[in-house]
Amino acid sequence: MSDLKKFREDTKKWLDENCPPSMRSGADSNIPVDEVWGGRNAKYKNPESKIWLDKMGEKGWTMPTVSKEYGGGGLNKDEVKILNEEMFLIGAKAPLLSFGIWMLAPVLLEYGTEQQKKEHLPKIIKGQIRWCQGYSEPGSGSDLASLATKAEDIGEKFLVNGQKVWTSYADKADWIFALVRTGPKEPKHDGISFLLIDMETKGVSTKPITLISGKSPFCETFFDDVEVPKNNLIGELNAGWTIAKKLLQHERAFISNFGLAAGMGSTKDVVSIAKKHLGDENGKIQNEFYRSEISSHKIKEHAFGLTLKRAGDEGGKASATASMFKLYGTEHNKKRHELMIAASGINGVAWDGDEFDDSDKNLTRAWLRTKGNSLEGGTSEVQLNIISKRVLGLPSQ
Amino acid sequence: MKLVLSEEEQFLKDTAKSFADERSPITHFRKLRDTNDPYLWDRDLWSEMTKLGWPGILIPEEYGGSNFGITGISVILNECGKTLTPSPLFSTGVIGAYSITNFGTDEQKKNYLPQIVDGELTTSLAIDETSHHNPANTEITAKKDGSNFIVNGKKIFVIDGASADIIILLARTSGKKGDLSGLTLFLIDSSTEGIDRIKLDMADSRNYANITFDNVEIPEVNILGDLETGGETVENILDIGRIAMASEMLGNSEAAFETTLDYLKQRKQFGVLIGSFQALQHRAAEMFCELELTKSSVMAATKAADEGSNELQRLSSLAKTVAGETLHLISNEAVQMHGGIGVTDEYDIGFFLKRARVAEQIFGSSKYHTERYANLSGF
Repeated sequence: MSDLKKFREDTKKWLDENCPPSMRSGADSNIPVDEVWGGRNAKYKNPESKIWLDKMGEKGWTMPTVSKEYGGGGLNKDEVKILNEEMFLIGAKAPLLSFGIWMLAPVLLEYGTEQQKKEHLPKIIKGQIRWCQGYSEPGSGSDLASLATKAEDIGEKFLVNGQKVWTSYADKADWIFALVRTGPKEPKHDGISFLLIDMETKGVSTKPITLISGKSPFCETFFDDVEVPKNNLIGELNAGWTIAKKLLQHERAFISNFGLAAGMGSTKDVVSIAKKHLGDENGKIQNEFYRSEISSHKIKEHAFGLTLKRAGDEGGKASATASMFKLYGTEHNKKRHELMIAASGINGVAWDGDEFDDSDKNLTRAWLRTKGNSLEGGTSEVQLNIISKRVLGLPSQ
Repeated sequence: MKLVLSEEEQFLKDTAKSFADERSPITHFRKLRDTNDPYLWDRDLWSEMTKLGWPGILIPEEYGGSNFGITGISVILNECGKTLTPSPLFSTGVIGAYSITNFGTDEQKKNYLPQIVDGELTTSLAIDETSHHNPANTEITAKKDGSNFIVNGKKIFVIDGASADIIILLARTSGKKGDLSGLTLFLIDSSTEGIDRIKLDMADSRNYANITFDNVEIPEVNILGDLETGGETVENILDIGRIAMASEMLGNSEAAFETTLDYLKQRKQFGVLIGSFQALQHRAAEMFCELELTKSSVMAATKAADEGSNELQRLSSLAKTVAGETLHLISNEAVQMHGGIGVTDEYDIGFFLKRARVAEQIFGSSKYHTERYANLSGF
């Protein structure tokens, strides 16, 4: 038996023995579903969510390509493909959603010291520590490099003072990776450092922001004389901007998946909504104007999916195209939600109460949430600037 | 299905690029137009393409071809599209070669394929009868008369119809307008008595004809494929044609975009390069994204054709729609961003606009294919 064949058999067997029934598709719909983000204070409505996370974390299969010494799965590309296929076959749920995995871990692997990797990667992989991202500030949105939260050198530690905003789930996170100003006299890009801060440190506080969707996934995060050990600095002092940009590419690659109906952001398919609310005869949406608009949209979605696939097949060109995917994926996701609420008619703007289905009310909120997609991780306009300058080589003014 | 070119396909693309740059830059097309060339394509250039083996790319080796696949011929058309190179490669090397290879009898293959490989015989597909593409609306009749069929009616907008030696005709042998059934394909020598060809002057200055058939006798053995199944057959031929045309249109878009980008980097107004204006930068960046989507769509379609995927029809409509919309956008923006010179005949960019609008109509517009995509997707 070839190594890969054996790996497939072993994986199949392991999944069969370790993936709890409620973590597979087709599970009893009465069992509550958790969005598993892990962390010190994680709570689980379904205990099997925790079991599944622990099993997968132990194997290192939440980050299968990371080497075993950092707690990863130590798998090669072929083995990862097999793992994904076997998980897909039994409809296994992703065990962990994590900014640590999506954003911080790739940066730690590239810029972290040996000690930092050994300290943080295993906890990310096992879902023991939940991370949040401290980038934007009230005065620094698109012009992120103008950020003002300062970290002063006070000997063995940094003293951090300032405020971050749009920190996703800061109120639930254990640690934050933050951009701070360490070189106040340097040009703005050259005075920024990348710092890891424990949210339990004295002087850190958070306050949720209520969005137009009625939900509060984001917070303001305040730092008031927060003391941070110097070995929490990632990379060189004042070299944080390079790391920040790298991390944004990982973030953008992740957000661009929202553009696909199969991506995380999706609730329902626009076609089924249109058929439900506009009529369906012989399998056709009974309104030519909506049908035509939906088809145009589906064509774009298809072409976008093929482009993500092509980028993967070509390999390694991510940095040039990350902005394009971020731009297109988020604009596309917004458009899809606009089409979904339009095709739902009055039900598409339902807010609360028993007169409407949960699916309608959820759609309204999901639609409002998408408005943030083209803002977070760099606005669409910033992506267009990046493409113009870095990809097309157009001159600055 | 991997969305990358194989080494051989990339080599073919590189060869085609050098060829188009050296042998048929846009000045080549301009000269054909200005001299009012009767074919609007150059016979010497065609024989050079023949020497490179291009007309035989879809033809099996036993007939002298290289059997190199749809992706192979599409990357060549893509490069030719960049310099607006006119040639019978689309109507003969794609449509003729594919049709006869896949649906011809042994006799027909032996007769025609080696001649196509040698560049001695060109073909054209006579399909449309009204201003909007729709094969089911075929009305031209072919009536059985002993061992012959008698054809009466008119075909319009036949690509390379003014020069083709063989006409591939879609005609109605039964049923009525609107049915895809009851249609049959025929191979007809264009010099047959009763055929009258009227050369068309189209905006893109390429070779097209309207063709009338007045009691034209066609022997039964000239049926391509089976009697009465021409509707299905022609849809398959058209899908291959749409994909190849989408690839050529992608080439049109890429070149128009590159030219425009160069212009943004050299034209100065208000003392600065106009490419530094954000109003133009963002539009250029959007065009770049649309181009990337088009590349993926075209490649997925050509690979699907080569792999015999059951997604061929949907991907064909996808590619033709996306390529059409992207070319529409870029051809308009290119003219606008060039400013005044963009609307002069002396400058090449206007050629792309004129070619764009004609190509958009070939074998169905984006609107036609958006509708077809919805039908094929089950909504």
